[in-house]
Amino acid sequence: MTEEIIIAGFGGQGVLSMGKILAYSGIMQNQEVSWMPSYGPEMRGGTANVTVILSDDRISSPVLKKFDTAIILNQQSMDKFVNEVKPGGTLLYDPNGITHHPERRDINIYRIPGAALAVEMGNPQTFNMIIMGGFLKIKPIVLLENVKKGLEKSLPERHHKLIPLNIQAIQKGSDSVETVHTV
Amino acid sequence: MGDVRLMKGNEVIAEAAIRCGCDGYFGYPITPQSEVMETLMIRKPQEETGMVVLQAESEVAAINMVYGGASCGKKVMTSSSSPGVSLKQEGITYLAGAELPALIVNIVRGGPGLGTIQPAQSDYFQAVKGGGHGDYKLIVLAPASVQEMNDFVDLSFELAFKYLNPAMILSDGVIGQMMEKVELSEYKPRWTAEEIEKISGSWATTGKTPGAQRRISTSLDLDSAKQEIFNHKLQAKYRAMEENEVRFEKIACDDAEYLFVAYGSSARICQKAVEQAREKGIKVGLLRPITLFPYPTKAIQEMLKNVKGILAVEMSAGQMVEDVRLAVNGKVPVEHFGRYGGIIPTPEEVVEALEQKILGK
Repeated sequence: MTEEIIIAGFGGQGVLSMGKILAYSGIMQNQEVSWMPSYGPEMRGGTANVTVILSDDRISSPVLKKFDTAIILNQQSMDKFVNEVKPGGTLLYDPNGITHHPERRDINIYRIPGAALAVEMGNPQTFNMIIMGGFLKIKPIVLLENVKKGLEKSLPERHHKLIPLNIQAIQKGSDSVETVHTV
Repeated sequence: MGDVRLMKGNEVIAEAAIRCGCDGYFGYPITPQSEVMETLMIRKPQEETGMVVLQAESEVAAINMVYGGASCGKKVMTSSSSPGVSLKQEGITYLAGAELPALIVNIVRGGPGLGTIQPAQSDYFQAVKGGGHGDYKLIVLAPASVQEMNDFVDLSFELAFKYLNPAMILSDGVIGQMMEKVELSEYKPRWTAEEIEKISGSWATTGKTPGAQRRISTSLDLDSAKQEIFNHKLQAKYRAMEENEVRFEKIACDDAEYLFVAYGSSARICQKAVEQAREKGIKVGLLRPITLFPYPTKAIQEMLKNVKGILAVEMSAGQMVEDVRLAVNGKVPVEHFGRYGGIIPTPEEVVEALEQKILGK
């Protein structure tokens, strides 16, 4: 199994840390992982993206043009990556702030109101784990118990009290993902 | 399995330095390698192993601190990125001229000049052809994964002390900034004064004792005849490195009719390009030089029995391709594909370049 994922949105949405937790979850199930962020001027300009690869085999390029899954969290990222999903691949997006919804018919498209749900949960920082929950619902590539271990590994000890809230957010996301279109 | 973590390449350089018994790090921050010193500052190895971590006032000061530490037989290192490594060149040639072991890490960014902070491989000439003056060589290792960032720190020191020569890890912003699974090395204790005397007692300036011969660490000899003899000695050392220390990896080469030659992050991209090209029925392999000096010249020559064309892929306007051409010596076509100025090529672009430049489609 190899899953090549791009997560893209605004800096501050937890894009990089979501990728890190996903990568750690992969390690917890003995997979090879890579996490390649955008850094520098692009990030400082407001957008952030990270390429995460989980694989049972040695990973070749950490930098990719085409992806199995794109997790899209703002319009700029939609414009940049909608056409980079492989045919038959998956696009998950938060409709918040999206003005041009994806129209491709050769990929699976799912929607999750992450920003709205985070407000509902009373904690905007749960946003990325809501999205993670949505992703794992449609692509259960890592087990929830391994995500929990991943959270333990990637969060500093002083933040471990927040793990139950993060698990709740994953659950919320898992329950709230909507299918827009499937191939 | 040992200590397995998810870490950035830059962080791993720092962790590996502590664990291999490094005595001192001297640096000056620059993107995209600042995490090396940041990690060391957070880890505070001075409280754990006694390793010194010092932010110098400049790159020039840092490399001269390395010279000082190395003169005493200590395992010392510095790291920087392209413009900073240019500043260190005088110190590096002095280290080579004084036959001092040390590690210099270059996390390359796009140039020339201050350039960009994005990844590049445009410092190949500087690293392997002598960025400073004089007939000298560095041992140059090119990691292609975060695991190799870990492994090559210890290996660099091993080779540097074996040959009494500075070693360089030539990496780039991709490997420095990305995180991968890494199994960290076991801790090795720092050398004691007695061990340093045993290992480097013939040259290290550890303090003259009564009756002992004075040890002088210098690259200066105004007697040209002696300087020529010394240069012969250096050249013999470099030939010994070429004989004994060439490292490379071959991927999908057994039935290859065409070949990519690429190092570091470009090799990772080419690995994907190999998969994509083979799906199209193109029998292409990858030869990945791990040591850039000594270069795997013979390994490339051995591939010429079956290979009809070679594409050198690097994030530069064409530097390593010259060493491929020297190895091939006109026997098969050698072309170059590169993106530069901080742009990372995609595997798709590499396959397209292979089709256009080598297969002639």
